[in-house]
Amino acid sequence: MTQTPLEAATPCSETLAARKAWMGLLARAKPARLADLCPEIPTHDLLRAPEIGAVMVRGRIGGNGLPFNLGEMTVTRCALRLGSGAVGHAHVQGRDKGHAVRAAVVDALMQTDQAEALRAAVLAPLQAEEIARRTSRAAKAAATKVEFFTLVRGEDQ
Amino acid sequence: MYVAVKGGERAIDNAHAWLAEERRGDLGVAELSVAQIRAQLSLAVNRVMAEGSLYDPDLAALAIKQARGDLIEAIFLIRAYRTTLPRLGASCPVDTAEMAVIRRISATFKDLPGGQVLGPTFDYTHRLLDFKLAAEGEVSQAATAPAAMEAVPHVMAMLDRDGMIEAEPLGNDVPADLTREPMELPGSRALRLQAITRGDEGFILSMAYSTQRGYGRTHAFVGELRIGAVAVEMEIPELGFAVEIGEIELTECETVNQFKGSKTEPPQFTRGYGLVFGQTERKAIAMSLVDRSLRWAELGEDYTGAPAQDEEFVLMHADNVQATGFLEHIKLPHYVDFQSELELVRRLRAEVFATQEAAE
Amino acid sequence: MNDALLGGFVDAAVQSSHAFRAALSVLSQPGNIRDLSGAVPPAPLSVAAGVLLLTLCDGTTPLHLAGAFDCAPVRDWITFHCGAPLVSAEAAVFALGDWQALQPLGQFAIGLPDYPDRAATLIVEMPALEAKGAVLRGPGIADVAYLSLPEVAAFQANRALFPLGFDCFFTCGTKVAALPRSTYVEAV
Repeated sequence: MTQTPLEAATPCSETLAARKAWMGLLARAKPARLADLCPEIPTHDLLRAPEIGAVMVRGRIGGNGLPFNLGEMTVTRCALRLGSGAVGHAHVQGRDKGHAVRAAVVDALMQTDQAEALRAAVLAPLQAEEIARRTSRAAKAAATKVEFFTLVRGEDQ
Repeated sequence: MYVAVKGGERAIDNAHAWLAEERRGDLGVAELSVAQIRAQLSLAVNRVMAEGSLYDPDLAALAIKQARGDLIEAIFLIRAYRTTLPRLGASCPVDTAEMAVIRRISATFKDLPGGQVLGPTFDYTHRLLDFKLAAEGEVSQAATAPAAMEAVPHVMAMLDRDGMIEAEPLGNDVPADLTREPMELPGSRALRLQAITRGDEGFILSMAYSTQRGYGRTHAFVGELRIGAVAVEMEIPELGFAVEIGEIELTECETVNQFKGSKTEPPQFTRGYGLVFGQTERKAIAMSLVDRSLRWAELGEDYTGAPAQDEEFVLMHADNVQATGFLEHIKLPHYVDFQSELELVRRLRAEVFATQEAAE
Repeated sequence: MNDALLGGFVDAAVQSSHAFRAALSVLSQPGNIRDLSGAVPPAPLSVAAGVLLLTLCDGTTPLHLAGAFDCAPVRDWITFHCGAPLVSAEAAVFALGDWQALQPLGQFAIGLPDYPDRAATLIVEMPALEAKGAVLRGPGIADVAYLSLPEVAAFQANRALFPLGFDCFFTCGTKVAALPRSTYVEAV
C-alpha cells in the first residue's frame, strides 16, 4: 500500500533536477522581489488554495546521526492549474500567500513553451541576486579567517 | 480550586489600553518598526525563534514589539501563534556539513581544512560601552576577502576517521515530537535534544555551567562551533520528490568530551551536540554540554546526583513558557483556596488555645 | 491533468469548520444524522466520507484504507488533499472502508488505560443510513435513539471495553452519523 506520486510519468533525472532547482529558488526568493519580476498572474484554477502552515525542521544528532526535531518554520503552499492545463506546485518559506501563488504559477509556466522566456525574466535575475548575496556573506566571512603566525620560541633556536 | 469571578472587565480593558500606550512610550520618540527590530535586534529575534520553536524572523520581531521587549512574553506569543498553524509535514534532516558558514571555529585544532573563521563575533570586543552608537548614523563597512564557496568539513569527521571519537548511531527513525505527544521519560536522546533546543537559554546555560563547576563534570572542549545558512528540504508526497522549501540560519556546536573507555571499548572521546535556530552561540554550546551530561547512563558513567545528570529535572524545567505560566498563575485570584487555608489555621489555633486553657 | 488534484475544499477554513461542527454533533448525539458537503472525492468514496477525511486527517493521522477503498484514485486524492500516511490497520488512527472490509475489528487500536484517546476512529461506508434499526442509549441521548447499524454484537463488545474502544462514523452519500464507544446498543 505505497503512496504513488501523482506526476504521471517519472521525468528523467535531468528534468527533475532542473525543476527542483527552480522550485527551491522560488521558495527562497524574497516575496517582494518575486512580485517585481512577476507582476502579472495569469488566470488559473486553485487546486489547493494558498495555505499557511508549519513544517517541523529536523536535524541529525552529531550532524550525521539519528534525526531529531529542531523546531518548526512557517511555510505557505499552493497548487494551481493554468488555462493551458499546466499544473504548478509551491511550498515557500514564510507566510506570504502571493509568494506561494507566484511560485506555483512560475512552476507551471516552466513546464510549458514559455519556459525559456520565464527563465530569462524571472529565474535568472533571482539566481544572480542570490549568488551575489551568498558571495558577499562568504567574502565577509573569508576576511575574518585567522592567519596563524608561528612564533619562533627561544628553546627552538 | 477556581471559581469564576466577575466584575473586573472594565478594569481589564483599561489596563490593556494603558499597556498599549506604555508600549508605544514617549510619542516624541519615533516608533520602532518590526523591520527595524528584525534587522537591528537580530539576536533577540533569534532567541525568540529558537525558544518559540518557530523559524520566522518577521513574526519573532513582531512578538518582541508587542511584548515590549520581554523575550519570554514574546516566546509565549510565538508558541501560541504556532498552535494555530496546520502542520504541513516534517523536513528531511538538514545537512549541517553543507552549511554556508559565516563563523566556524574549533578549540581543539588550530589548523584545519576551511580554517578558523571568526565571523561577526563579540568575542574579541573589549566590552566597553561604545558611545558612538548613541549618536546616530554610524555605519561600518565589513572587509571582504576572496572566498571559496565550498562547504567546510565537520571537525568531528576528522576524529571519526581515526576512531578517536565514538561513532554516532546512524538511521532515519522518526523522532518523538514533544509538541505532539506528552513527553514520556526516560526519553530518547532525540527527544532530549528537542526539549533542550527550545528550552530557556538562561536555564540551559546554568545547567551547562554547573557541569563545568563539577556537578556532573564531563571535560568538554568545543570541537567545532559553526554558524551559517542551511537549506531545508521536504518530501512532497504529491510530487514524489523532495524540494527545497527555504533556507534557515543555524548554530551548531559539537563538543569533544573525555571518556576513559570500558572493558569492551578502547579509550575514546565522546560527544555532546547542540543545534539551535539562528545565531545563538551561547545556547548551542550550553546545549551540547547538557546533552553530554544527560548521557551518563548510556556511557556507563556514575550518577553523582548532579542536577544536569537528572533528565527529569532538566527536561521538565527547561521550558520557560511552562515555567512562567505555572509561576505567574499564583498571582491570579485564589480567594477560595486561601479562605479554606485561613479557616484551617483559625481552627488549629483555636484548638491550641483550648488545649492551653485546659492545661492551665 | 490528474483528477486527484480536484475535489478538495474551496474555502478550507470555513468548510472544515462547518464539517467539524457536524462531526462533533453526530458524535455527541449518537443516532443523529447530518449532511456533509464541500468535497468531490473519487469513487468509491462518498461525499460525506471525503469531507470527513479532509476535516479530520492530515500528515499526523495515519489512515488505513480497507477493501475496495484501497485503490489508486482514493490513495492519490488523500495524498494530495490530506497528506495522511497510509498504513496497516494496526497502526491506523483512522480507518476507512465498508463494514465487511474493516473486519476483523480486533486489529484496530482501542487506546491505552493512560491514553484512551490513542484509539482508532472508523469511517464506515454504508449502503443506507437511517434513523431506525438498533436501539441506542447512553451519553448524548435523551431517551433512546435508533440507527441502522451494520450489526449489534460488535458494538456491545466495544462498549464493554469502555473507556477503551474504537469510535465510528457511518457515511452514505452526503449523510453522516456516528457511534462513540460510550453508547449502549441493543437489537430491536
